[in-house]
Amino acid sequence: MRGHDLLHPRPEGLYCPPGDLYIDPVRPVPRALITHGHGDHARPGNSAVMATQQTLDIMAIRYGADFAQTSQPADWGVPQKVGDVTVTFHPAGHVLGSAQIAVECGGLRIVASGDYKRRHDPSCQPFELVPCDIFITEATFALPVFRHPDSKAEIAKLLRSVRQFPDRTHMVGAYALGKAQRVIRELRDAGYDEPIYIHGALQKLCDYYETQGVALGALLPATLEKGSKKDFAGTVVVGTPSSFADRWARRFADPVAAFASGWMGVRQRARQRGVELPLIISDHCDWDELCVTIEETGAGEIWVTHGREEALVRWCELNGLRAQPLHLVGYEDEAED
Amino acid sequence: MRAFAELLDRLVLTPSRNRKLQLMVDYFRATPDPDRGLALAALIGDLDFPSVKPAILRAMVSERMDPVLFGYSYNFVGDLAETISLVWPTGNAGAGDGVPLAEVARELSQVSRSDAPAVVAALLDQSTASERFAIIKLATGELRVGVSARLAKQALADLGGIEINEIEELWHGLHAPYGDLFAWLEGRADKPVPTAQALFRPVMLSNPMTEADYPRLDPKDYCAEWKWDGIRVQIVASGDARRLYSRTGDDNSGSFPDLMNAVHFNGVVDGELLVGSPTGRTATFSDLQQRLNRKSVSPKVQAQYPVFVRCYDILQAGDEDLRPLAFVERRKHLEAFVAALDPDRFDVSRFVPFTSWEELDEKRKRPPHPIIEGIMAKRWDTPYLPGRPKGPWFKWKRDPYTVDAVLMYAQRGSGRRASYYSDYTFGVWTGPEDAPELVPVGKAYFGFTDQELKQIDKFVRDNTVERFGPVRSVRADTKTGLVFEVAFEGLNRSTRHRSGVAMRFPRISRLRWDKPSAEADRLETLQSLLDA
Repeated sequence: MRGHDLLHPRPEGLYCPPGDLYIDPVRPVPRALITHGHGDHARPGNSAVMATQQTLDIMAIRYGADFAQTSQPADWGVPQKVGDVTVTFHPAGHVLGSAQIAVECGGLRIVASGDYKRRHDPSCQPFELVPCDIFITEATFALPVFRHPDSKAEIAKLLRSVRQFPDRTHMVGAYALGKAQRVIRELRDAGYDEPIYIHGALQKLCDYYETQGVALGALLPATLEKGSKKDFAGTVVVGTPSSFADRWARRFADPVAAFASGWMGVRQRARQRGVELPLIISDHCDWDELCVTIEETGAGEIWVTHGREEALVRWCELNGLRAQPLHLVGYEDEAED
Repeated sequence: MRAFAELLDRLVLTPSRNRKLQLMVDYFRATPDPDRGLALAALIGDLDFPSVKPAILRAMVSERMDPVLFGYSYNFVGDLAETISLVWPTGNAGAGDGVPLAEVARELSQVSRSDAPAVVAALLDQSTASERFAIIKLATGELRVGVSARLAKQALADLGGIEINEIEELWHGLHAPYGDLFAWLEGRADKPVPTAQALFRPVMLSNPMTEADYPRLDPKDYCAEWKWDGIRVQIVASGDARRLYSRTGDDNSGSFPDLMNAVHFNGVVDGELLVGSPTGRTATFSDLQQRLNRKSVSPKVQAQYPVFVRCYDILQAGDEDLRPLAFVERRKHLEAFVAALDPDRFDVSRFVPFTSWEELDEKRKRPPHPIIEGIMAKRWDTPYLPGRPKGPWFKWKRDPYTVDAVLMYAQRGSGRRASYYSDYTFGVWTGPEDAPELVPVGKAYFGFTDQELKQIDKFVRDNTVERFGPVRSVRADTKTGLVFEVAFEGLNRSTRHRSGVAMRFPRISRLRWDKPSAEADRLETLQSLLDA
């Protein structure tokens, strides 16, 4: 069996004919396998969905319990037969519940990694390496300019700024699923035990992370009825990136706009967004980690999707690996909302 | 190096002046000598490492990585120094305490051109990406973090709890790494005694005349002069040293060799630098700009835009410090002093006779020359006092120009204004009368109240046509549009703007919700100001 016969792109998403299933479809399909709960990978309206229990829970929180007609949880590392193929979910280290999906048929194994990262993240399961014949990798940060520093150093930078500007509110923009909880958890690991104020859009997911054993400490809603602006001076407020451009943001004392994202490694990106304190904290692999992962999977062929495919394809060529861009549509860059 | 790199990273993204000051003061306080002194020199632009050129950096990186991957990277980032700092093969492996700034500066200043690649590479290997960026910016001489020399000096003044003019007065006698300066600012040593010649003297500045002021003042106590729209300068000559300083103490002598060659005196003169000649025509501020911020000036430019100084005051004649004298006495010295100077390069500012403030106000509104921006009123009896004392000197500017323009684009602000569309690009009508189109003529982000900002923000959100990142284009046609009355101080010709004009100091003076957009001004109105 050739790779293309096992998985290939269709307008609806990545399709597997022998299993009659799609991975992370962008349009409703009869049978969908979902890698993780981010909105561009997990969409409502599919008939049958298979995903990890946590991803199913997250989809129910975001879209309501009727996000699909039927759903089936996939246990970590347990092979399951779907049509003529065997599928197995392995941790991807991206966000809570995020999975790589290994698809096997006729002696060929393809791993669709979804989004993944290799760094330590106290808020989700660590990445697990899955040897395979064909590895489908994301390319969000697939340029040699992306070399994420240690996130502990970034958290330390934030805390230094909080001490240096006690009269200001530090407003950390972070994607609602995964990034926000990771930033909060890493603040706690760094010894910050003040209450952290959160935008309402984060509440349900933070509550859910707590039920899954990710302790986030004291979280309070970042709202005030008749208080003064000084109420939030010296505090850390976490909200979605887009909320800081909202009128919502006006209530805070001389805010320091911080933004936790891999994109913040490039100054011009920070400047364009009006970010004063960029925090380079990413849910994705940086360049070095993408290259290492590709090598470690032992795959002889690499398919590259969503992001800067051309640079990673070039790297594979330089290193004697067969590689091709996999043109999937509908996936967004991280937090470019 | 880590602290300096973090300081640069923070400064470049911090828009607020006061917050930049705080960042610098905290850095100077926490950083030991000589690192902080070298950081100060770097911020002020006083460090020069002639052996390191951007071309060697390109060559260095091309030896270390695939050119195609470098090309993708450079296209994405857009800045050479930043790209190299990020793609450098050691990544963040060099993280640690790193090399002290003083050590980096020492190595860069001692290296020969042939050794530069190896020495710079070794420094980059030992650093994080952020430190590499700082090293490359330092080595190639352009920090571009939005800190002027004056702002850095203000940070020093804040550190020591003193007035900035004390720093400015000393400045040209001091040298990196400024150990004696920091020791004084921290109260560990006496004020440094400069030994250099031809030092800057802090200048005396004026306050704006308001309607509340002049009814309380007796016109007999004051003289009046025209306020010329050039550059305030101080010429200091003693012994062999001759210098031309800006009013903030920057040494600009190099830009004006023609003028400096005519300085054959021993003294300190305060005046206005203008283009033209004392006996002939005085040219516009646009012409003066041809002479500003140039490191070298060709003979052709010197001939086409000759400069002279219209003298306002004298601070020293020979060895005698005249600053304690009353203005009326200094003025006598000034007239005698300037009479002996080259008449093509120096003259004395003339008095504007008046007997009442009302009479002076009339003259202010009808200046006899387009390059006059108002009136200066000075008390006859005050000494020359550094800083901006309230009372002795008033500037009474002519009213600003105004134009009615239509809001075209709005950009989100930063910091406190991050959730507001607070930076506005506005335009005036051009093209045929029956099919006019708007052409942008300027940008302004102040002049309105917080209440008005909320109203404009709402208008922008309700009338957005397109979004480009943080910028929105706003509906602006002959039927719909928000008209601003924009005030500005003058107009320059511009080849960079499609309209061909550039405003000086534009600000929103009034919101004209009442005015239909079709009745905003036309470009011809502005162009007629240029020809005046």
